[in-house]
Amino acid sequence: MDQLEQLREELLAEVSSAADLQALDGVRVGALGKKGRITAMMKELGGMEPDARKAAGQALNVLKGEIATVLDARKAALEESEIAARLASETVDVSLPVRPSTEGLLHPISQTIEEVVEIFAPMGFEVAEGPDIEDDFHNFTALNFPPDHPAREMHDTFFLPPKADDTRHLLRTHTSPVQVRVMQDKEPPIRILAPGRTYRCDYDITHTPMFHQIEGLVIDKVVHMGHLKSCIIEFVKAYFELDELPTRFRPSYFPFTEPSAEVDIGCSRQNGELKIGAGADWLEILGCGMVHPNVLSASGIDPNEYKGFAFGLGVERIAMLKYGIPDLRTFYDSDLRWLRHYGFAALDVPTSAGGLSR
Amino acid sequence: MKFTLSWLKDHLDTDSDLETISDTLTAIGLEVEEVLDPRAALASFVVAEIVSAEQHPDADRLKLCKVSTGKDTVQVVCGAPNARAGLKGVLARPGDIIPATGDKLKKGKIRGVESQGMMCSASELLLGEDDDGIIELDSDVTAGTSAADALALEPVIDVALTPNRVDALGVRGVARDLAAAELGTLKPIDTSSVAGTFDSEISVAMRLPDADSGLCPHFVGRTIRGVKNCESPQWLKDRLTAVGLRPVSALVDITQYINIDLGRPLHAFDTSKLSGDVGPRLATKGEKIAALNGNEYTLSSDMLVIADETGAQAIAGVMGGEPSSCTDLTTEVFLESALFDPITIANTGRALGIVSDARYCFERGVDPASTLDGAEVATRMIIEICGGEASHLVVGGVAPEIGATVSFRPARIKDLGGVVMDATEIQQILARLGFVVESADSDVWTVKAPTWRRDVEGEHDLVEEVLRIHGYDAIPVEPLPRPAVSKPAFTDDQRRAGIVRRALAGQGLSETTTWSFLAASDAELFATSASPVVLQNPISSDLDVMRPSLLPNLISAAGRNAARAMSDVALFEVGPRFEGDAPGEQTLVAGGMRAGQKTPRHWNASARVVDIFDAKADALAALEAVGVQVERLQIGSSETSGPPTWYHPGQSGTLCLGPNVLAEFGALHPLVLKGMDVDGPIVGFEVFLDRIPKPKRKSGPARSKFAPSSFQPVERDFAFLLNDDVPVDDMIRAVRGADKVLIAGVDLFDVYVGDKVEDGKKSVALSVKLEPTKATLTDKEIEDVSSRIVAAVEKAVGGQLRK
Repeated sequence: MDQLEQLREELLAEVSSAADLQALDGVRVGALGKKGRITAMMKELGGMEPDARKAAGQALNVLKGEIATVLDARKAALEESEIAARLASETVDVSLPVRPSTEGLLHPISQTIEEVVEIFAPMGFEVAEGPDIEDDFHNFTALNFPPDHPAREMHDTFFLPPKADDTRHLLRTHTSPVQVRVMQDKEPPIRILAPGRTYRCDYDITHTPMFHQIEGLVIDKVVHMGHLKSCIIEFVKAYFELDELPTRFRPSYFPFTEPSAEVDIGCSRQNGELKIGAGADWLEILGCGMVHPNVLSASGIDPNEYKGFAFGLGVERIAMLKYGIPDLRTFYDSDLRWLRHYGFAALDVPTSAGGLSR
Repeated sequence: MKFTLSWLKDHLDTDSDLETISDTLTAIGLEVEEVLDPRAALASFVVAEIVSAEQHPDADRLKLCKVSTGKDTVQVVCGAPNARAGLKGVLARPGDIIPATGDKLKKGKIRGVESQGMMCSASELLLGEDDDGIIELDSDVTAGTSAADALALEPVIDVALTPNRVDALGVRGVARDLAAAELGTLKPIDTSSVAGTFDSEISVAMRLPDADSGLCPHFVGRTIRGVKNCESPQWLKDRLTAVGLRPVSALVDITQYINIDLGRPLHAFDTSKLSGDVGPRLATKGEKIAALNGNEYTLSSDMLVIADETGAQAIAGVMGGEPSSCTDLTTEVFLESALFDPITIANTGRALGIVSDARYCFERGVDPASTLDGAEVATRMIIEICGGEASHLVVGGVAPEIGATVSFRPARIKDLGGVVMDATEIQQILARLGFVVESADSDVWTVKAPTWRRDVEGEHDLVEEVLRIHGYDAIPVEPLPRPAVSKPAFTDDQRRAGIVRRALAGQGLSETTTWSFLAASDAELFATSASPVVLQNPISSDLDVMRPSLLPNLISAAGRNAARAMSDVALFEVGPRFEGDAPGEQTLVAGGMRAGQKTPRHWNASARVVDIFDAKADALAALEAVGVQVERLQIGSSETSGPPTWYHPGQSGTLCLGPNVLAEFGALHPLVLKGMDVDGPIVGFEVFLDRIPKPKRKSGPARSKFAPSSFQPVERDFAFLLNDDVPVDDMIRAVRGADKVLIAGVDLFDVYVGDKVEDGKKSVALSVKLEPTKATLTDKEIEDVSSRIVAAVEKAVGGQLRK
């Protein structure tokens, strides 16, 4: 038995001194492998007397089991320390900055147009578009601007060179010609919104030669100023995201509507800061009115059968008011700092479910 | 137009206060822009009397004044030449803010003598231009009383008139509208004829050809002799000053006053400078006239003048002439009151660049009845202020019939206005506005508009008149009926533009908005076969051509950013480019550009400058976002489908479906960048949204059935050697075509050119994914596909498998 005990002690010492998994495997093979020492002793059992064989076999099995357990335990310990060592070697400075990625943004003009469309879509409005270069008929005559009327001059029109027949095209001075085109093409009832670029020959602190408007038009058999008021009141509250927003409809004049109105919303001006909402002051926000019968007739719609209302608003103006953008001219400067400051993330999609703005 | 409250009350008998009047004006369409109250600024200023004025010991021009406010007497150093004992003026005391400068007055020493206040001039108080001396008040005002009271200051109402409101050009018209809104009653005005005592030596000569007689249908004149062109009385000067006009002399001031009071322009000529009869005629081409504003104008033959026998004496309805104008020496005047064609006056004023109150009235359309009435009112006022006697009137032409007769259905008030009003109320409003309802018993009324409502043409105008006086606030709000099922507001095309915007923002490009126009020199660099669309009247010479491409403005934007030390720029815009000057000759384009570093220097990423494949990726991302199957896109290679000239010829391309070019991309040509004075490299792209095939509307939103293969896919790598000039895309297409069922994907993972392959060749390595659908692939099947791939590549592009 001394021999067995000696083997046991030797093997236990080998296991505990194995420095790594490879050395430990060498110990395992030396003990339990095909040519291992315990295996060799097992083979010798065949030549023994049955009684001796039984006793020696039992003792060997005990030893074998013990060594296997110790090997497993040592293996687990070595594995653990090996992972610990690996993890220790793999430590990084997590405070380092991540790999760069650039986020693109949307311009306030396109975002604002989407917000407005989102408000009017449930009311059954469809978006219509028209050309930037227009003819005199669609931009003026059909909209009831008589030739030489002072209102025509007020539009500061950009013209293209005259043609052989002395007519000349122009850059549309408003989005109203889209009304005419839609009425010419489509049978009523009509509910459209027409956003787009518009142009006037004027450039100063509050005017740019190009700007954006959104035109709204409703044509139906039964439609009146009460509907117009409700439509506008709902719009301004939804757009400015206010439960209460006073509105004021003032009689005004546009050649293409009659009766005409300008709409003011409530605001307060304190210490040079403008705040939209109930307050002591009024702020003009848009123009509107019942479509002039001459416009309906010029567009091929019978003014005795159909009526309608129209409204028009400046995209930059309402964007400036809502988002506190102070200077109109900066909209067209493409200054990256400005775009990052006032732009909208690609995922900022205005919806009625998720809200118009964050 | 501006007027004061007391002026308004000359015409309107009312108890309403300023705020009610102001609110009502806005509510009935005469928008009050501002109520200026000069009293507020002078609240602390008082009347003071100069008790004594003595010479300043150290300054010849200064006086030492003892000034009394009734309570206190203070010492004031004053430089005004009119400072003298007994004068009552306006005293500013330390702490008061001088309106003209905005400075707070302090006690100070002037040339060693203490001054405890300041006697003010009119200009210092913003009450006129007079700065020759201090204000002299009437001697009966009491020292110590409020200066604002003593100066009879009152609020000035400034109304922004819409171009249609010809009737409200005068204070009387405003009063009439307020009376219609039941804010008071309109006072009568005396327009009765002033009895003439002699015959005017000057007669009216209507020198217009018959065809043009409508340019001045009515001309009324009168000589008034024995006048004294004195200084106007204080009340008249105060009113003119209050509304921002400068009093000149009584005759001039009276015509200015009536222009504002009644919206009736008049002109007074000095008869001593006229010869022969006076009247309207067309100017002769090149005729010159020295106008009252000191400028000489050269007229054209479509302009109207008032002429005597020697020549033009006034530009009719626009401005009088200097030589025949009234001066201090004038003792006899010829008063002219006429009616002119609005369009002629507007065109003349615009062509000569003259802005005047007369033009403003005439081009909008003056009340034809006021020609006669205005002459009488003015005559009466001249005689009252300047003395003298009037001749009988001399008249040319007649007042035209103006004032439409309109068929009016009162039911339209409810139809268009949405408000229920009874017939009596409607009729009363119309009557208060001066309309005559000639018959009102049926559903259709006959209504005659008054002469001052030249803007009224039809029924809709009457609807507006009634509604505005009744009040827009009284219109009940009624929700617009909504559709039962809401549908998308955007068309497919519009939706795709929106998706492209968000897709490009997702690529890291920022959206911008640039002008639709640019400089001709920039447009030239992006010229196509179409000729440039030039503006006739550009806002400036560097914005004179409609853009033929979105790129030049984006490149300029990159240049501006670089100048602000931001050289890594990635921008895009979705907007039109212009191909012709007719409506519709424009395409919707998503254009973008990148400049500078795509990846900046970073501890864990290698820095990289933008290249053509960034632009290609952007274009592909935009196309893929709107449903284009990008693997079907080809690189355009024909003459018509190749990239345009503004790109680098070796680093640019197009993305096509057959002959249809959906996008162009590339590195910008160095000479184009040089021409625009912007540093490169810059890469860009343009995606033509209008050319993208319409999405196919299938049966509905349902997708096809999901049927994943249950068999193991296999990947095999290949490397081919092919000629350097063969597009790799052609090879990939050949590989895909080798077995359209089994080959599920082809990924290119290496392109090698160098000393390990022979000159003029490149090695291209691909990974091909085989996805069986029926059974696991056998070795033989894999071998078969592989040899078909090799054969296809050899056949299509002459590529050899590298072993």
